[in-house]
Amino acid sequence: MEAASVSVRAPEKRQRKPRSGAISMRARLAVASRVFAALIGGYLLTALTSICLAQFLPLARAEAVVLAMTLSFLVYLPAVLWCFACGTAWRAWLGLLLPSAVLAAIYAGARWLL
Amino acid sequence: MAWVHTWAGLTFGWLLFAIFLTGTLSYFKNEITQWAQPEITPHEVSSADGVNRAQQWLGENAPDAKRWFIRLPDERSPELGVSWSPAKGGFEEQPLDSLTGTAVKARESMGGEFFYRFHFQLQMPYPWGRWLASLAAMVMFVALISGIITHKKIFKEFFTFRPRKGQRTWLDGHNAVAVLVLPFHLMITYSSLVIFMTMIMPLSILTTYGKNTQGFFDDLFPAFKTAPASPDRAPLASIAPMLDVAADKWPGSRVGLITVNNPGSANASVTLTRHGADHIPHEPGTALVFDGVSGELKNESNMGAASLMLAGGLYGLHMGHFAAPLLRWLYFLAGIGGTAMIGTGLVIWLGKRRLKHAKAGVLPFELRLVEMLNVASMSGLMLAVVSFFWANRLLPVSFTGRSDWEVRAFFCVWGVALLHAFARVFFRDGRSAWREQLTVAASLYCLLPVLDMATAGGYLLASLKQGNLTLAALDLTALATGVFLAWGAFRFRGQGKTVIASKLAPAVQEAR
Repeated sequence: MEAASVSVRAPEKRQRKPRSGAISMRARLAVASRVFAALIGGYLLTALTSICLAQFLPLARAEAVVLAMTLSFLVYLPAVLWCFACGTAWRAWLGLLLPSAVLAAIYAGARWLL
Repeated sequence: MAWVHTWAGLTFGWLLFAIFLTGTLSYFKNEITQWAQPEITPHEVSSADGVNRAQQWLGENAPDAKRWFIRLPDERSPELGVSWSPAKGGFEEQPLDSLTGTAVKARESMGGEFFYRFHFQLQMPYPWGRWLASLAAMVMFVALISGIITHKKIFKEFFTFRPRKGQRTWLDGHNAVAVLVLPFHLMITYSSLVIFMTMIMPLSILTTYGKNTQGFFDDLFPAFKTAPASPDRAPLASIAPMLDVAADKWPGSRVGLITVNNPGSANASVTLTRHGADHIPHEPGTALVFDGVSGELKNESNMGAASLMLAGGLYGLHMGHFAAPLLRWLYFLAGIGGTAMIGTGLVIWLGKRRLKHAKAGVLPFELRLVEMLNVASMSGLMLAVVSFFWANRLLPVSFTGRSDWEVRAFFCVWGVALLHAFARVFFRDGRSAWREQLTVAASLYCLLPVLDMATAGGYLLASLKQGNLTLAALDLTALATGVFLAWGAFRFRGQGKTVIASKLAPAVQEAR
């Protein structure tokens, strides 16, 4: 598993735990940002994946939608884990918004062409 | 990853504990209802006789309804269940005696339905409870996978249990129970999201079907597309012969729900679905539709497509309707395993942080808050559950609104447990909170069979004479629970100063 590489890369978290117990405002905001990235950014990526799957799966309409919804949670999970595994909160957002934009473009392109 | 596991587990642990515990009870939903309404007794009745009696009762008592629903008695539910949507709206239901076809005068009680509803609606207004439960499910999914990533030596840890070593023991227990029922945990968490997917992930329906989202459900469940009642009246055909057609169409599978649309109207129709106990996937769309006047088979639909089988299979695995008694008990034990995993996790979170304050002997406010919530969400909930059963036996049978009072008893006791936990944790110590609540809970569980014998002993003995072990099994399960809780209370005896922090510190650091 990629567990080892994942747990090593968390410099921000290491800094946040000085023995004194004090946590800086900056670190608090970074954690809040990661949580929002996981919840909202993760949902966005998941929803766009399900939309694209429903559009492109070569199945009857209702079946494609059911399969798209069923599988979508398998995207949400790594998306959330990514938000807490990557180096900085900014990268968490970037890592979700970039593929979301690509999926949105593919879907919009297909809708426009077809 | 450990960070996510720790904090996702803490923030949602209390809620997840309640969801898992009530979900575990829901595997015996029908059996709990049997216990809660012992007046309804099982009889050997053929499905044709059963459906004829239901049809006759509904024809006399709800002739103008928009829809009738009939459920035949089965090995888990003795009643002949009829329900209907009255023309003026709403929903009514009535259990019938399967032998006489008359309304059973059973005490009003939600029975197992209460725990089942709480499991995913959390007693909150629609749809907020379902959303919160779904969010908790997603957090559970994240906590599970991050937990697996955190514990790399998963196989070795499974065989490691060091009793009576405080924090180390809790961690070993947490790991062992998590790994032991890991397939169950993964299945139950993922499938819970699939069950609510049309609510929580609906955008693909909108992009595919546009504004006509009903079209999606009509595609999936064509048998349930209904037309408004025609004003012309015509007598309803007998439903019993339709069951014979279903027996030919679905060998080895009984009929589950019988739906009559527009009964008494010229365009009445009868929809039969398969019984959930006879196959794993949940297939509400596999149905036979009959003309309600001529009684001829008009239409059949099935959910055999692979993608529907995947989603329906996950749904069916979660609900466990197909599980025969042995498997049902395994489901129940796996559910207890999941509940225990969450509980031990909460205890570990606090125990680890408590060590830092062991020398001072005083816990800071936030740790006390966590301890209070630990006590209230675990032993408090156990108290609330048993109170529901006590209320069922103590409230007068003919008392109006008694069903609501059972639910009130549950929440009042839970609230009192929270207040008690607050008083003890903040003004004395956490151990006394655990000890006192566990002691009371242990007594209530242990005495439940006595109470049952005293207030409804006739039903218990009659059921045993009939060879029906359901009521006795619930009493014995309560007794076993009581013994377990008494052991827990015993472990919290004394002041708890025997465990020295320095002895535990290395174990905890290793675990970190």
